[in-house]
Amino acid sequence: MRLITTYLIGLVFGVGISISGMANPAKVLNFFDVAGIWDPSLGFVMGGALIVTFIGYRYVLKRPTPMLSQTFHLPGRRDLDLPLIGGSAVFGIGWGIAGFCPGGALPALGTGSVDVWIFVAALLAGIVIANIIQAAMARTTQATA
Amino acid sequence: MIETVFTPFQSLFGGALIGLAAVLLMATVGRVMGAAGILSGLLQPQDFQDWSWRAAALVGMISGPAALMLVTGEFPAVQVPVSTTMLVIGGVIVGIGVKFGAGCTSGHGVCGMARLSPRSIAATTTFMLTTGLTVYVIRHILGT
Repeated sequence: MRLITTYLIGLVFGVGISISGMANPAKVLNFFDVAGIWDPSLGFVMGGALIVTFIGYRYVLKRPTPMLSQTFHLPGRRDLDLPLIGGSAVFGIGWGIAGFCPGGALPALGTGSVDVWIFVAALLAGIVIANIIQAAMARTTQATA
Repeated sequence: MIETVFTPFQSLFGGALIGLAAVLLMATVGRVMGAAGILSGLLQPQDFQDWSWRAAALVGMISGPAALMLVTGEFPAVQVPVSTTMLVIGGVIVGIGVKFGAGCTSGHGVCGMARLSPRSIAATTTFMLTTGLTVYVIRHILGT
């Protein structure tokens, strides 16, 4: 039940990404090319997603628990720190180079495009590299503490 | 560079479906609909139950283009205007960035912003700016 539910939710997300144009790097990069061949579509994707999520979350988060889990897993931190800002800045550089963000690329795997599979393999490699760096940093912090 | 057509209605409707998925995931398993978070959690799951819902969501996402094809008769367009080298370099950089930044366009830009999280607002502002700057440098200064 839980797995069928999350499969179907993933499907809704994947169809949404596919319809919106977010699976198409040419379209995504043109959104950022305000000085060139600008395509404002991505703004409408973000706008549509934000409106629905903003309203939907108001109702959902009023409930004591989710339907299929004991708790809401919400990030509780509100402080800004260097990994957050630095990591986000780095993410943007990569997004600008490749044209894919994770949410656009994962559904696009389903088109069978070799380019997408190459990007996602590189994305996974980047996550693994970050995991290794973070583990090393945690060890250093423990050693000096 | 490949010119693309402005699609306000499809994009708004697709965006609304992305939002619907985010609301439903929170309502059922109580999780943030962040593509980077779901993917990186698959590599370091807490337990089998944590791994399995992520895997199911990922398979659902990958089924998206095929489901759309049943209705429209064709896969969504995937036009890649950059070289394979740039895809690989960009992919590794995106992976490192989303892991340290703890989120991507869907996690911070949609779910976190919808909760008015200060961290997500700061993260989204930052990556939208650096993406725009990178595209500007590549297209208008380096001229590739």
